[in-house]
Amino acid sequence: MMTNDRLTIAGREFKSRLWVGTGKYKDFAETKKAIEASGADVVTVAVRRVNITDRSKENLLDYIDPKKYTILPNTAGCYTVEDAVRYARLARAAGVSDLVKLEVIGDEQTLFPDTAGLIEAAKILIKEGFIVLPYTNDDPIVARKLVDIGCPAVMPLAAPIGSGLGIRNPYNLKIILETVKVPIIVDAGVGTASDAALAMEYGADAVLMNTAIAGAKDPIMMAEAMKYAVDAGRLAYRAGRIPRKLYATASSPIEGML
Amino acid sequence: MHVQVNGEQRTVAAGSTVAGLLKELDIRPDRVAVELNLSILDRSEFDGRSLHEGDRIEIISFIGGGSCQQSAVSLKQQDSELLAES
Repeated sequence: MMTNDRLTIAGREFKSRLWVGTGKYKDFAETKKAIEASGADVVTVAVRRVNITDRSKENLLDYIDPKKYTILPNTAGCYTVEDAVRYARLARAAGVSDLVKLEVIGDEQTLFPDTAGLIEAAKILIKEGFIVLPYTNDDPIVARKLVDIGCPAVMPLAAPIGSGLGIRNPYNLKIILETVKVPIIVDAGVGTASDAALAMEYGADAVLMNTAIAGAKDPIMMAEAMKYAVDAGRLAYRAGRIPRKLYATASSPIEGML
Repeated sequence: MHVQVNGEQRTVAAGSTVAGLLKELDIRPDRVAVELNLSILDRSEFDGRSLHEGDRIEIISFIGGGSCQQSAVSLKQQDSELLAES
């Protein structure tokens, strides 16, 4: 379905408009199954110290083939510009690509982005040749600034990370979608399939989620649900919905009635 | 001699290289990035780069993660301590 409707960011083409995280799963086998069920071809990963005391631990990349998926390292857990830049550089050195999902987190309770720090870190990394996909607030002005400094896509949140609240500020999101002329990937806060479908119906170019799938009672079934939701929302957006009206309009003809 | 690897003290033979350390730890070099005293090494440097007394080595890789997670916070604190000390 929709093979002619590819998402392109910085010259890279993506088949799936559902992007998924790899955290919070029971084990790597479940992670792999959920990703397969989701149909996602972009997979986010975190950058962390290797466990040197317990080398029996398997490597995530044994389960998620970097040749098959676009691995998108993130700077999750970074609260300062310095940390975010350091983690991004380490991610690139670990050898996947120049892509980074840039996060500079403002505080532990909300995990909202520190947008001033985000812009500063993005500037540094773009200068170093990174393709920076910034995790940002649902603020149209910040989104525009991120594009102005060279981000090829912007990733505004729907709601706080892991909250499952859905799109908290649909009007801001709509303004971002109208005014920012790069792909918009709604990132974080999705709770269930209808949230993802709604984001796509508004015109988002993709949706990124982790907890909504990994935290579901049946993550693999939810991954499949999210695939359909994103596809359905995208098709509905492209098809163009009917306008809302207060009163009924008959859908059967009056002519020919007895 | 003593070095610090991922925040832990470790004794390695004099003249050890980064590549040697990775081998000793049973870590595939193509899956990791190595930071030596806060500067990131190119993979081509692993073989030739010798370790010295007191060196701080960070070996990182990719783990499961969507966005910020609890575990990230504690590691981050360790990292900040490292940055503050240097």
